[in-house]
Amino acid sequence: MSEPSTEPAIQVRDLVKTYAGHPAVRGVSFEVARGEIIGLLGPNGAGKSTTLRILTGYLPATSGQVTVCGVDVASRPSEVKNLLGYMPENNPLPDDLRVHEYLHLRGRLKGLRRRQMAPRLDEVVHLCDLGRVRDRIIGKLSKGYRQRVGIADAILAEPPVIIMDEPTIGLDPHQILAVRDLIAGLRGRMTVLISSHILPEIEVTCDRVVIVNQGRVVAAGTPASLRHEFFGPGHYELELSGPLDALPALLAGIHPSLTLLPAPAPDHAGFASLRLTADPAAPDLREALVNALARDPRFRLRALSRTRHSLEEVFLAATTPKAA
Amino acid sequence: MRPFRILLAHELRMLLVTPATYIAATLFLLVMGFIFAGILETFAAAPQEGSPAVVFFQLFWLPVFFMVPLLTMKCLAEERRLGTLETLLTTPVTTPQVVLAKFFAAYALYLALWAATSGFFYILTRFAGQSAPLDLGPLLGGYLFIAVSGAFFIALGVLASSLTRNQAVAGILAFVLLLALVIGTRFASTLELLKLDSMATARSAIDYMQTFTHLEDFTRGVVDTRQVLYYLSGTTLALILAILGVEAKQLHS
Repeated sequence: MSEPSTEPAIQVRDLVKTYAGHPAVRGVSFEVARGEIIGLLGPNGAGKSTTLRILTGYLPATSGQVTVCGVDVASRPSEVKNLLGYMPENNPLPDDLRVHEYLHLRGRLKGLRRRQMAPRLDEVVHLCDLGRVRDRIIGKLSKGYRQRVGIADAILAEPPVIIMDEPTIGLDPHQILAVRDLIAGLRGRMTVLISSHILPEIEVTCDRVVIVNQGRVVAAGTPASLRHEFFGPGHYELELSGPLDALPALLAGIHPSLTLLPAPAPDHAGFASLRLTADPAAPDLREALVNALARDPRFRLRALSRTRHSLEEVFLAATTPKAA
Repeated sequence: MRPFRILLAHELRMLLVTPATYIAATLFLLVMGFIFAGILETFAAAPQEGSPAVVFFQLFWLPVFFMVPLLTMKCLAEERRLGTLETLLTTPVTTPQVVLAKFFAAYALYLALWAATSGFFYILTRFAGQSAPLDLGPLLGGYLFIAVSGAFFIALGVLASSLTRNQAVAGILAFVLLLALVIGTRFASTLELLKLDSMATARSAIDYMQTFTHLEDFTRGVVDTRQVLYYLSGTTLALILAILGVEAKQLHS
């Protein structure tokens, strides 16, 4: 941690990993700034877990360079291990230890001194809401508590970087919410890299998203910028009744780039659901549209909204093989 | 070194709080007690050569073949199967530290189990008194042999456990390795092939590896440093291979 804090927390450059000739990761590059919460998204088998394992130094990379806080993982793995808190996929835990025994052991292994241990354990147990199960045997805990024990372990030694592989897999919505709050609570203090294919959770917690597919980064950016990249900003949906032939002329009067997408026939009440697109550079045209359509007596407007694409749609758009 | 101490303390503590340890120890002492009683009976029935201690230690292979695989098969195979090896190795802990901690914990239990059998000899002298004089020499030699050879046997068990994630496979592999080492070398020395002049080197190597000869020497009070060195270098080699085994599995996981 003597490194200057301007170094990115995680830097991955041209990472390649092949398992016995079968490529799992083919040229992944991304960067994570300090204090950022990053989501690594991708379908199953996209190379997420492999990338994370290489980041922790558990697996060696075939080629490419990975640094954590400026420390090269391949050449100085023992230093990197001090900088990381890692929770692997499926969160393996020993079944025969009590929660506080396990955390105590992990704390000792991670170099916490005896004197720091008790207050830090109390803090982590409180943070992860493990107070009630502190003295229970891990093998008898419910999945939600096990997951929280894993997270408690990852943040135990207060490492600058935390890596969690699918932290919310198999949890019920309440528990997902709790874990999400927990991760959000780390914002600013620690750099967090989580992998997942549960999208809403990523969208809420993460500052930035990296989408990988078939071992490559297919998209990266904030959820908003990804939406922009894949769908553009100017999508509107409206429900309208009236002479649709006259609409294009009216639209051109509002903004020259506004165009009408082919629309289905009107429903029984005479309203058609229409979709409009505008130039990505155009401003928000909702107000102008409402005003123009309300002023025109030929049209009756029932609903108008800007299309909000979910991260799911971005994810699908990014990971579906495009016809070249 | 610090992680090694923490891990070893943890392993030893787990051994002490696990009921399985006590069950295994009880059954081990039960079996060894029967063997010891049987030996005493033969000594009581008719005069025998040597001392009961010598005969007792000559049967060392019986518990070794069963106890060593059972004590060691779990150590690394289980950690790998559960995935806790991954969480362990992503803390500032190195593979050698993990393997050595597992080895020393299993070795400590092995020594403790054998040390408990010294109670038999104590009971014998306490109650038989002068009518069954017990020579201290063979006894100490025998226990020294158990301690020295046990390191190698346990290391082989740890090696077997490092090669698979399946405990049963690890156990059987450890059994086969021990069988080859203790009985196989004895069998190999009788092969006609080795009687050829051109095989003199192989023959001397195999003669050097005779566990039963080592035992005889130890119980006679002859502690040959070459034999001690054989077991210590064997232990070291097996542990190095175990470390490599864990790391190789990591590369190809």
